[in-house]
Amino acid sequence: MIGGDEFDISRRAVLLGGGALAGAGPVRAATRKETDMQDSPTMMEVSFSVNGEARRLRLDTRTSLLDALREHLQLTGSKKGCDHGQCGACTVLVQGRRINSCLSLAVMHEGDEITTIEGLGQPGELHPMQAAFLHHDGFQCGYCTPGQICSAVAVLAELQAGIPSHVSPSLTEAPTLSEAELRERMSGNICRCGAYSNIMEAMREIAGEPA
Amino acid sequence: MKFDAPATTNPIDRQRFIGQPLDRIEGQLKVTGSAPYAYERHEVVPDQAYGYIIGAGIAKGRIKAMDLDAARAAPGVLGIVTAANAGKLGKGKRNTARLLGGPEIEHYDQAIAIVVAESFEMARAAALLIRPDYEAQPGQFDLAAAQERAVKPESGDPDSGFGDFARDYAQAPVTLDETYTTPDQSHAMMEPHASIAAWKDGAVTIWTSNQMIAWGKADVAETLGLPPEKVRLDSPYVGGGFGGKLFLRADCILAALAAREVGRPVKVALTRPMIFNNTTHRPATRQRIRLGAAPDGRLLAIAHESWSGNLPGGATETAVHQTRLLYAAPGRLTRTRLARLDLPEGNAMRAPGEASGLMALEVAMDEMAERLGMDPVQFRILNDTRVDPENPGRPFSQRHLVECLKRGAQRFGWAQRQAKPGQRREGGAFIGLGVAAGIRNNLLTKSAARVRLTRDCRLIVETDMTDIGTGSYTIIAQTAAEMLGLPMAQVEVRLGDSDSPVSAGSGGQWGANNATAGVYAACVGLRQLIVARLGLNEADAVFADGRVQSGGNRTALAQAARQGELVAEDGIEYGDLAERYQQSTFAAHFAEVSVDAATAEIRVRRMLAVCDAGRILNPKSARSQVIGAMTMGVGAALMEELAVDHQRGYFANHDLAGYEVPVHADIPHQEVVFLDEPDPLSSPMKAKGVGELGLCGAAAAVANAVYNATGVRVRDYPVTLDKLLAAMPA
Ligand code: FES
Ligand code: FES
Repeated sequence: MIGGDEFDISRRAVLLGGGALAGAGPVRAATRKETDMQDSPTMMEVSFSVNGEARRLRLDTRTSLLDALREHLQLTGSKKGCDHGQCGACTVLVQGRRINSCLSLAVMHEGDEITTIEGLGQPGELHPMQAAFLHHDGFQCGYCTPGQICSAVAVLAELQAGIPSHVSPSLTEAPTLSEAELRERMSGNICRCGAYSNIMEAMREIAGEPA
Repeated sequence: MKFDAPATTNPIDRQRFIGQPLDRIEGQLKVTGSAPYAYERHEVVPDQAYGYIIGAGIAKGRIKAMDLDAARAAPGVLGIVTAANAGKLGKGKRNTARLLGGPEIEHYDQAIAIVVAESFEMARAAALLIRPDYEAQPGQFDLAAAQERAVKPESGDPDSGFGDFARDYAQAPVTLDETYTTPDQSHAMMEPHASIAAWKDGAVTIWTSNQMIAWGKADVAETLGLPPEKVRLDSPYVGGGFGGKLFLRADCILAALAAREVGRPVKVALTRPMIFNNTTHRPATRQRIRLGAAPDGRLLAIAHESWSGNLPGGATETAVHQTRLLYAAPGRLTRTRLARLDLPEGNAMRAPGEASGLMALEVAMDEMAERLGMDPVQFRILNDTRVDPENPGRPFSQRHLVECLKRGAQRFGWAQRQAKPGQRREGGAFIGLGVAAGIRNNLLTKSAARVRLTRDCRLIVETDMTDIGTGSYTIIAQTAAEMLGLPMAQVEVRLGDSDSPVSAGSGGQWGANNATAGVYAACVGLRQLIVARLGLNEADAVFADGRVQSGGNRTALAQAARQGELVAEDGIEYGDLAERYQQSTFAAHFAEVSVDAATAEIRVRRMLAVCDAGRILNPKSARSQVIGAMTMGVGAALMEELAVDHQRGYFANHDLAGYEVPVHADIPHQEVVFLDEPDPLSSPMKAKGVGELGLCGAAAAVANAVYNATGVRVRDYPVTLDKLLAAMPA
C-alpha cells in the first residue's frame, strides 16, 4: 500500500517497539526456559546509540548487529540479503565508518554510535543522497537501496578523508573523485536489479560533479 | 472490457502523466528503508515466532530416519514440522518438485524440516542439531551426458518447420553449423524468499514476497488442501524476483505449516546459501544452429535445436522460439528436446527462452556475417522480415528492428569498428565492438482492478498486481491520473493483496501493458459513474485538471463523490488480435569491451540498447528496467554460471561470492533509446513489455565484442579469460 496510513502505522510500531528494553519475544523465552535448559543462550546487555537515540538491549550474544536492528529495534531499513558479508544490503555506519552489520555481533558495539538508513532521512525530509537516488532512479526493487545509500554516503567521506582504494594510483596522494574510484568502493553493494549506472549518476551529483 | 479491435484515440493519448519520466511514487519509502518487505512486517500480527528451514543433503534418494530429539530439546524450540507430521499435502499446479521433501528426496536442498523457536538464533541452533540419515540413489546430473537420451516433450510446441530446410541448407553456398552452450543460472534477487504466516478460524494469511499473487494463492490452497477463500496472500513489496518468485516456494508453505503446528504466527526466510539449490534456476542449454546463406547475405535456411534438462514433470528451456520469428529464410526448422536430470527444478528466469536462445543465435549471426564478409548490422537488416516467417499471412503488429539497428549503429559509432578482429589496440588492451538483435514477445493476458473515488476526492486503485522493481506503482498511478484528470498526489495505489481484483501479475514482461490496461478499463467504468452522478453527457465529457467538462459545463470532480464514494471494478480481456498479428518487442544491443592483452581480463566499456516496445509509459522506470536487464546480460556473457557437482548433484557455488553477478565495477554508463511508437494493437495503453527485452541479445552483443577485440570465438558461456588466454593475439 502506498499512502499515509501504512506509513503511520509502521512508524508507530517502530517507535513503540524500540522504546522498551529488549525485543519482547526472545528475552521472555530465555527467562522462561532458563531454569530447565542446560545450554540456555548466553544473554548480555549492551548499550549503544542508534540514529542519535540511546538504546539498551539485553540480547542473545549470537545476535548480529543487523538482527538487533531489524528484529529487536524494528528498524527494518537495513536489509538482510545474505547474512554473511557478501551483498552489502546490511550496510550501516558505525562511528562514521560503514560496516556489514550482519558480520558483527551486536554486543561488540557497546558505546558505539550507529547510523542506519532511517537516521539519514525520512520521507518528506530526505538526505541529499536519498533524494539523488530517487531522482536518478538509482534503484528498482529497493531491497539493496538502504545499503547502497549508506555506502554511498560513507564512500564520499572516505574519499574526502583521503583513504586510498584498490584502484587509487598512489597510496600517499589524495584519491580523486573518479568514476573508477566510486565504482570500486561501491562494489561490495550488489544490486541485482542492476541500477549501477543510475547510482553512479546520483553519487556524482552529490559529489558535485554532474555525470 | 473486451479489447478486440485496434485502439483509437483515448484519454491516454493526452500523455499528461503517461509517458512522463516521473519519479517512482513509492520511491521515498524505498530510499528511506520504510517500504516493508515480507520478513519485516512486525506490525501485521503480534507474537511472531521464528522458523528456520533445513534442506536435503543428498540430491536423490530417501530419508531413512531423522533424529529430532536434540532439536526438540534445544532452548526456545516451539515445534518442528517435517513430512512425517505435516499431514497430507498436495502439490501446486506450477511446482515440479514438492516443497516439503521426505521421505523421498527429489533434489539437493529440497526442504525437509522447519524448526520454530522464540528467536532466530535459537531456531538456527536447533535446526543444525537435526541429523537426517539418508539413503542416496544415483542420479543424472550432467546435461552433456544426458543429451542423447533426451526426448521430445509432450507440450510446448517442440517441433516447428517451414519449407524444406534440409534441401535449402544443402544447396546453400555459405553455411554455418555450430554448437553453443549456456550454463545454469540463478535469479539471485537481493531479497531472500520470505513469508510470515498466521492462522485464524481455519484461514491463513501469508505476508510474502511473490510476483504472481493469484497463482500463489491457488497453489497454497492446493498444497494445503484448503478452499481458496481460506487463503490470503499479501505482497506489497518484492525485493526482486526475475522469475524466481513467480511460483510458490518453500518459505510460504513451511511458514503456514509451522504456524499451524505451533499455534502462533511464524516468520521465515530462506538462507542465502539455500536459495540456489532449493529454489528454481534457469536451466543450462546445448544449442545447435545451422545457417545457410546466398553469397549476397540472404539467409536461405535456418535451423535451431536446443537441449535442456529438468526433473520429471518439468518443462524445457524454450531457447529456439525467437528463431521462429527473428529473421526471414525460406527453409526453417526448430527442435526442442528435454533430458531428465535430477538437479534442482529448472524454471523461468527473466526472458525464459530468448535470453539463452539469443546468446546462441546472435553469435551464430555474427559468425555468419564474418563468413559472408558482411557487416553484422547490414546482415541483420538484410534478413529482416515483415511477417511471421512460418505463417507469411500473419504480419507483425509493429516491427522496427531495422530502425533500432540503424539508430544504434549511428549513435554508438559503429562505423569505427574494425571488421577484422584483434586490430584495435589501446595501450595494453584490445578493443572490440559487438552488436546483437533482440526480440521478446508481447503477451496479452487479462487483468483487473478496482478504482474508488473517495468523498475527499482521492482516487484509490486496488489490484493484486505486484511491483518487483518494475515501476508498477507509478505507471498505474499515472494511468489513473490520466484517465480521471487528477494530480498524481491524489492517487493512491494498493498492490499485492489477494483480496484485490486479479491482475496479470509480474512475469514475462507482460505486467506493465496488461495491468495498466486493466486499470484503464476500471477507470472507464468510474468515469461513467461520475458522469451519471453529475448528470453530464458521457459522449463529450473531458476529465482534466480535477474537473469534468461537458457541454460547456465545468464541474469539479470533487462534487461527484461528495455524497458517497464511487467504486468501479473492471478488467481488460483480449480478443484474437494476438493471433491475427504477431506482437513482439525488438532491440538492437551494442557493446564495447576491452580485453587485456596479457591477462585476457574483459572489461565492458560502453553499452547501448535501442528499444522498440510500443508506448513507453514512464521513460525513467522503463529505462531502469532496460539497464538492469543489460546488466544481467553482462553477467550472462561474462560470469554467471552455476557450477554443477556431477557426483553429488548440486550447484556447488551456492552463494553470492561463488555465483558471481555484476557489481558496480563491472558496469559502465549505459545508454538506452526508446523509439516510443504507440502500438494500437496491444491494448488501449498502446504499450508493450520492456523489462525482459533489455536482456534479449545483450549477452551476445558483449560476446561478439570480445570476439571483435581478440579474434577468439567462445561458444561456451560464460566467456571467461581462461577460455581466451591460450589463443590471444600477440
Ligand atoms: S546481509 Fe550483510 S553483507 Fe549481505
Ligand atoms: S534495487 Fe533491487 S537489488 Fe538493487
